[in-house]
Amino acid sequence: MKILVCISKSPDTTSKIAFTDGNTKFDENGVQYIVNPYDEWYALVRALEIKETSGGNVTIITVGTAADDAVIRKALAIGADDAVRIDAEATDAYFAAAQIAAYAKANNFDLILTGKETINYNGSQVAGMIAEDLDLPFVSLATKLDVNGSTLRLEQEIVGGLQIVEANLPLVVSCAKGMAEQRIPNMRGIMAARTKPLQIVPAVAVDAFTVYESYTLPDAKKACTMIDPNNMDELVNLLHTEAKVI
Amino acid sequence: MKTLVYINGNHAHAKASFEAVTYAKKLGGEVIVIASGNGSDLAKLGEYGASKVMVDKSLDHGDAQQITKLIAAAAEVTGAEVIVFSHDLVAKAVAPRLSVRLKAGLISGAIALPDTSNGFSCKVNVFSGKAFGLVSVKTATKIISLLPNSIQPELNGSDCAVEDFNGNVGAAAIKIIDTKIPEGNIPLPEAELVVSAGRGLKGPENWGMIEDLANSLGAATACSRPVADIGWRPHHEHVGQTGVAIRPNLYIAVGISGAIQHLAGVNGSKVIVVVNTDPEAPFFKAADYGIIGDAFDVIPKLNEAVKKFKAAH
Ligand SMILES: Cc1cc2nc3c(=O)[nH]c(=O)nc-3n(C[C@H](O)[C@H](O)[C@H](O)COP(=O)(O)OP(=O)(O)OC[C@H]3O[C@@H](n4cnc5c(N)ncnc54)[C@H](O)[C@@H]3O)c2cc1C
Ligand SMILES: Nc1ncnc2c1ncn2[C@@H]1O[C@H](COP(=O)(O)O)[C@@H](O)[C@H]1O
Repeated sequence: MKILVCISKSPDTTSKIAFTDGNTKFDENGVQYIVNPYDEWYALVRALEIKETSGGNVTIITVGTAADDAVIRKALAIGADDAVRIDAEATDAYFAAAQIAAYAKANNFDLILTGKETINYNGSQVAGMIAEDLDLPFVSLATKLDVNGSTLRLEQEIVGGLQIVEANLPLVVSCAKGMAEQRIPNMRGIMAARTKPLQIVPAVAVDAFTVYESYTLPDAKKACTMIDPNNMDELVNLLHTEAKVI
Repeated sequence: MKTLVYINGNHAHAKASFEAVTYAKKLGGEVIVIASGNGSDLAKLGEYGASKVMVDKSLDHGDAQQITKLIAAAAEVTGAEVIVFSHDLVAKAVAPRLSVRLKAGLISGAIALPDTSNGFSCKVNVFSGKAFGLVSVKTATKIISLLPNSIQPELNGSDCAVEDFNGNVGAAAIKIIDTKIPEGNIPLPEAELVVSAGRGLKGPENWGMIEDLANSLGAATACSRPVADIGWRPHHEHVGQTGVAIRPNLYIAVGISGAIQHLAGVNGSKVIVVVNTDPEAPFFKAADYGIIGDAFDVIPKLNEAVKKFKAAH
């Protein structure tokens, strides 16, 4: 099976979030980038498992600049066969999706996997956009994926529970927790990643639909009111009269 | 201006649906609902401001591709300029598809009404709730997916007409084999009150007191990531940066340290109560009310106090 896994970078989850240029740009100062956890832990690892049991090829794709090559190498170290970088800043979800769809159209993949969402912009947009652009069916937020010939059986999150579905290839799937277990790259993987093919592809001309104009940080919390563990009536009273939440 | 709101008929009476219609009404123009499925009493959406509900009953369990086609067809006949979703799991699958189909920019997870003084922009959560972004849409048609619990439903109308609508959506490409929806569960993202517990509870057998407290309050239950990872609690209860992001009115965190990745998914909560034995637990910095104490002692007492309060009110 020919699998395409969409990889994006995100700031390490412990990063301090700050902005510059009059709050219009994310402050990258001191920020470590990682592979977006959903892309790495679930989409990529499940793709590798499928390849290990039924053969095929796993290509990772990123829409980004040369600065993202380090993150691409991290994903290659986990075990992808080769990588593609569409050479452009992904200004919005549609721009990224249109680039990935254009590449996928020209290269015929059986299965396109993404993460559930990026943990920086949390849009959960790119996968559905790729699917629509390619006119393919889409299974969102899959927590399980089993291959049975050209039919896939998946479990996905729906409002209030789970649903088991069947779909045929080609298909787009966004991957959530449960799909696979995180893999820690070993030394051999890291060495091999250095020489795996990374193809740089020019971007196609696409206008973004949206623009991030500015950012703000939440207001600082006021000091916490401490309550005597033996006086839960007081807590309940404060939740009712002061906080007005019960 | 016309605004179209997509409502899943099976959830037509969920608070999130009323929020979406209220939000659309606040945009100022006429509000029309496009619904799929066999929901009953759709006319009630009129009470929140819809002038009409169009429904395709044949599409009870449509896949994302079919629902996208349905909404696109409704957008065309109504000439809607704005399309509103409640940011639930259906919206996460459908809104991005619709965005490409209609060439309409999507604001995903809006938490406020748009600012139209200079273009069209809207506040959203970014960096897993660690910051807010202002996103502007550059396309003529706009799609907004509203985060649950961002505005209060408001009654400002009366029952409205319900018309059948055929979206001509074709066959489903995805076959549903089985659906598992636990009875009586409040879906976490919609819950106004949440009681959550972490590794401090020592083992799954100790969750009874958390469930008791949740029942007394009418709250949903949640947990920290390690608790779901070790299998003490189901995965769908895991909140945080890599779990469900929630913004209830009240979040009670019991035996959770307050790691940055946990806080990221819950710091949109209006009020946070923390119960922890360790006065140095980082969660106290994010809390409104703190109790330094042993959960095994505090939670039963809190439950009694809540019951007493409920009986008196
Ligand atoms: C990339 C990444 C993503 C992550 N995403 C998430 C996420 O989405 N959600 C998440 O929750 N975590 C996430 N984590 C994990 C996070 O860093 C913490 O490890 C986790 O939140 C800790 O869970 P905890 O607070 O339940 O356990 P602990 O850190 O072990 O804390 C237990 C707490 O219970 C207190 N306690 C002990 N006994 C009692 C008692 N009897 N009564 C009251 N209090 C008691 C202790 O003082 C302590 O504060 C992520 C980590 C990484 C690296
Ligand atoms: N710039 C990008 N390049 C490649 N894949 C991306 C990019 N941005 C997002 N994705 C993929 O799309 C998923 C959803 O992203 P988002 O819509 O931003 O939440 C991510 O988990 C990635 O798999």
